[in-house]
Amino acid sequence: MKRYLLSRLWQSVVTLILATIVVFAGVRALPGDPALALAGEDRDPESLRAIREQYGLDDSLLVQFWQFVSHAARGDLGRSIRTGEPVGSMIAGALPVTIELSILAILVASVIGVGAGVVAAVRRGRPAEWAANALALLGLSVPNFWLGLMAILYLSVALGLFPASGFVPFFSNPIDNLHHLVLPALILGTGLAAVIMRQTRSSMLDALSADYIRTAEAKGLSPRAVIGKHALRNSLIVVVTIVGLQLGALISGAVVTERIFALPGFGKLTVDAVFQRDYPVIQAVVLVTATAYIVINLLVDLLYSVIDPRIRVRGDA
Amino acid sequence: MAVADIPVGLRTNRSKVVRRILRNPLAITGLVVLAIAVVLAVFAPWLAPHEPTQTHLDQAFAPPGTVGHLLGTDDLGRDVLSRIMFGLRASLHVGLLAVATSLVIGVPLGLMAGYFRAIDALISRFTDLVLAFPFLILAVGLAAIRGASLGNAAIAIGIAQIPGVIRIVRSETLRLKSLDFVAAAIVEGAGDPWVLGRHILPNAASVIIVQATVAIPAAILGEAVLSFLGLGIQPPAPSLGTMLSDAQQFASRAPWAAVMPGVAIMLLALAFNIVGDSLRDALDPKASRR
Repeated sequence: MKRYLLSRLWQSVVTLILATIVVFAGVRALPGDPALALAGEDRDPESLRAIREQYGLDDSLLVQFWQFVSHAARGDLGRSIRTGEPVGSMIAGALPVTIELSILAILVASVIGVGAGVVAAVRRGRPAEWAANALALLGLSVPNFWLGLMAILYLSVALGLFPASGFVPFFSNPIDNLHHLVLPALILGTGLAAVIMRQTRSSMLDALSADYIRTAEAKGLSPRAVIGKHALRNSLIVVVTIVGLQLGALISGAVVTERIFALPGFGKLTVDAVFQRDYPVIQAVVLVTATAYIVINLLVDLLYSVIDPRIRVRGDA
Repeated sequence: MAVADIPVGLRTNRSKVVRRILRNPLAITGLVVLAIAVVLAVFAPWLAPHEPTQTHLDQAFAPPGTVGHLLGTDDLGRDVLSRIMFGLRASLHVGLLAVATSLVIGVPLGLMAGYFRAIDALISRFTDLVLAFPFLILAVGLAAIRGASLGNAAIAIGIAQIPGVIRIVRSETLRLKSLDFVAAAIVEGAGDPWVLGRHILPNAASVIIVQATVAIPAAILGEAVLSFLGLGIQPPAPSLGTMLSDAQQFASRAPWAAVMPGVAIMLLALAFNIVGDSLRDALDPKASRR
């Protein structure tokens, strides 16, 4: 177990270092003089010199890289060239929205995906399986931002069931907060639910034909108890695995969903930064996303080895 | 020709696979939809009733069914049907370009990772690295560095799909490497490039094709997302994504302009997904009968 943990940790550190190098190199690859790019509209030589000074652009690449890493490690991600606000605090303000949205989406997707997957496996060859399969196929094929537009158009604007946009912080009004996030979470969760459903179905089908299930049935356990107990344990593994695998899609999806529902989260920050050519923000957003991806995946793998002891054994071998 | 020279997978399966697909009504429906979409896209310049970028302000917001505008017009009086046909063209273009990018880079890396143990770890670090940048973030970075365009959107999507290709080709290579006919070729004195190119790659072809058919709809959805956000195809060039982003402004006034392009994307992706699923089932009947 310890060896597995250490090697997994080491891999994550290597990936993180490589990712940092990529982001650093990406910023150097900006077209033209980075000082010009950072200056935006302001092109007078005095401010260019100030920018060079501030960002140490005349230092050697190695020194610049070290500066970049050590500042980032202290949470100093520079200042927005549009608002002058520290990028670190902009991100700190936006992240909670995105994290809450993502967690809600994972919850929604798990409930729908696991439920439909279990039904599809148990009701083999019946209309219920057919319907669940069709829904999963649709979920994989529908552009979720379009589904979001349709939901706003028909559920929010026409029927007035949900607010079409906007955000209320959880701690100022939890009910209102959830009311604003239900629809975005449902939309963001569609694709994830489809993938979870398919995986749950096939792992349930495997499990239902496994020896231990036959043993459980032979012991006289009711079908409900057998499915309930083993489905629950299995589905936990499925959800954790899929969330790990689909994390990239989830992050991308969150950006679009926030854009459609005008949620003041990480995605809005990202897209706005691109249009305003706010390079320090873009750089920080990319770095934070990569770091978050690597850390969450590490946690998912660790969690995975806690839930499924077979992983631990394999890691030790 | 030595027995080991004949790629085993191709020798036995092809006609059986085609037969299985043709017996599946869902698969045929998917293929028909795809064929229609491809014809509409390829021949759009000749088939489209109007110029996709031609504005007719006097005909703005014509509802579907209007004479001359089967699917209606948008806020600038542009014909929705014509724009969808050209949008399909852009979608397919990006889908194919992205998947081609991911295959050109991913297949050789997957083959090497599965075949040469020494570089397996190196390639999996590369995979981890690519995975750490979700496609939208890659696209954001690329748009910042090189500007937003169809080509850059395709590259971002293609790069993001490389890890999936590597993983699948690698595990297929590992499986094939352990089979007797590969061992026989090696005993006969075949070099590594020969074994990889003549024995492993042809037999891995079916998994690669299945992977490509599920990667194309993902790439098409990706393009729509990027163009919707303004990071992909740039207006006034028609793209299903930019059509939706325009239509968002006047969706209550002209819902058809927001509904139709989305339906087009969904049908296209659905057709690809159905064909991909059926292809996988036809190639591996055990998996589908489970």
